[in-house]
Amino acid sequence: MFIEQLVNGLTVGAVYALVALGYTMVYGVMRLINFAHGDFFMLGSYLGFTLLVSTFVGSALPLWAALIVTVIVSAMGIAVLGVLVERAAYRPLRRSNRLTAVVSAMGVSIFLQNAAMLIWGPRYRAYPPWAVPDLRWEIGAVHIGFMQVLILVVSILLMAGLYLFVQRTTAGAAIRATAIDHDTARLMGIDVDQIIRLIFVIGPGLGAVAGVLLGLYYRQIHFTVGWSYGLKAFTAAILGGIGNIPGAMVGGLLLGILEMLGAGYISAAWKDVFVFLILILLLIFRPTGLLGERVAEKV
Amino acid sequence: MALLRLGPGPAPGRHRSVSGASGLGLVGRYSGWAVGAVAIAAMVFPMVASDYWIDVAVFWGIYVLLGLSLNIIVGEVGLFDMGHMAFFAIGSYTTAILSGHFGISLWLLLPLSGVVAGLAGYVLARPIIHLRGDYLLIVTIGLNEMIRISLLNNPWGLTGGPNGIIMLDQFRVFGLVIQKPMHFYYLVWACVAASMFALVRLQRSRIGRAWNCIREDEVAAEAMGIDVRSAKLLAFTLGAGLAGATGTIFAAKLVVISPESFTFMESVILFCIVVLGGMGSIPGVVLGSAAMLVLPEILRNFAQYRMLFFGAAMALMMIFRPQGLWPSKRWTTKLQEGESE
Repeated sequence: MFIEQLVNGLTVGAVYALVALGYTMVYGVMRLINFAHGDFFMLGSYLGFTLLVSTFVGSALPLWAALIVTVIVSAMGIAVLGVLVERAAYRPLRRSNRLTAVVSAMGVSIFLQNAAMLIWGPRYRAYPPWAVPDLRWEIGAVHIGFMQVLILVVSILLMAGLYLFVQRTTAGAAIRATAIDHDTARLMGIDVDQIIRLIFVIGPGLGAVAGVLLGLYYRQIHFTVGWSYGLKAFTAAILGGIGNIPGAMVGGLLLGILEMLGAGYISAAWKDVFVFLILILLLIFRPTGLLGERVAEKV
Repeated sequence: MALLRLGPGPAPGRHRSVSGASGLGLVGRYSGWAVGAVAIAAMVFPMVASDYWIDVAVFWGIYVLLGLSLNIIVGEVGLFDMGHMAFFAIGSYTTAILSGHFGISLWLLLPLSGVVAGLAGYVLARPIIHLRGDYLLIVTIGLNEMIRISLLNNPWGLTGGPNGIIMLDQFRVFGLVIQKPMHFYYLVWACVAASMFALVRLQRSRIGRAWNCIREDEVAAEAMGIDVRSAKLLAFTLGAGLAGATGTIFAAKLVVISPESFTFMESVILFCIVVLGGMGSIPGVVLGSAAMLVLPEILRNFAQYRMLFFGAAMALMMIFRPQGLWPSKRWTTKLQEGESE
């Protein structure tokens, strides 16, 4: 059972990690907790659902092509939405008190949730069963499904890609510089607005991919999943050290594993209590998260 | 307590002149008349309004009390507490359990729930109060979720799980049972008036000034000799206590209390009330909770589009009036422009 729960935990954790990356990147660059990020994830899931059941993607293309088109188009759609939201609701607040931006993000979140409810209806929607090939592998006593492999492979590729992008490219260096100090970055010739727009392409895009993957994995989606998964992913980002990209990856995977082990060995009903207890204990003893650096407080 | 002796020196002349000459000092020069007019309007309201709107006003009052309690923590001291419903839940469940098992009078349970919730606030905040900004925020969210899930899981058969507990007792005044919306209206708003009076006094006291000083600049506050840690703990304990006492009224009003009243979403709404109203502004809390609670009721005609409109309005409000509906004028420094964060 241990290995099986570990695999389940890694699968859920990979989804958390993809969503947590959006939180942590926005936080790192803007010091903003983007409460609407969970809703980007949720909308990505719905958009993927619509594409899969539509006639020009789902039934026109072979399955593998349909899945690829769904993931890419959802990610692009939600990335556009992310840029629009940033322009409309966050940019005007960039110079004001941090809490006002948090409330604005809450407003955006309520707006997006209700928009999703009006578009797709208040009831659960189910991803079509034919979208996932019924493949299973047995390694020893452990069963691994197709979706688990797909989620792990896709998220590891995306995370590795993001890491290389941020560490090795000029744009990545610009992101890192902006995260340290906006004004100095501007003096170095970096277009800060452009960087923030880039962050709002990457974060919601990754969130949308996670949304489609989760929809394929659990089949059922609802307009409130943005909140529950968003909260978990945000917890994961904090666990790893917010603002830190590898931290979000580690935090997400760790959170997924802790949750599944908690569900398996303690009880499913108390697993979230267990997760939050570990988070609180960690923060008491290591207030900047697992990989967070100790930064001197600015005076 | 060290805090009382070591707060920033008194500056009576200055803060009196800023806050106006009247007793409450809420609205400047005309405050005496304004407060009187509002009080009379509030007294008359339930005699002319329908039961439905009186009920709306009762819940508005309950959220004003909760907003005031969170305002101590978020508004006055600047601690990010986004799990305040946890203490409200503790107060409500304390009332329901003690009233159900031991038949204690609700008048006694009102302060008792406050004390229990305040103690819980003290014990839970003690190890985490040193956390800064967003880390405190996520920990308080975690506490809220932990308490809600614990209530849901019905430990020792005390909380009734997802169905909650039914309250059998009610407030009684000389044989009159407080049951009708109008009765609750007067009870709730009397509590609001008393709390507002007490909190305005507290805000003006040495403790209140120490709190605001911490909010504006923690390092400077510490340098001025304020015991930052105990001042923060005091605020957290008082805020939790007031929320707990409000829980008694809530339990009496709702009759059935269940975990779904205390979700993280509700905590976020409370947080928004404080920020929307204006951080640290006591009349702002009244307006903020009107915006978050009464406005959606008024918009009910738009039926399903109302929350869509409401979400957009929240964002627009922050863009065009970031200081809140009724910003607190006292003790705000002009340092904001210089901060690069």
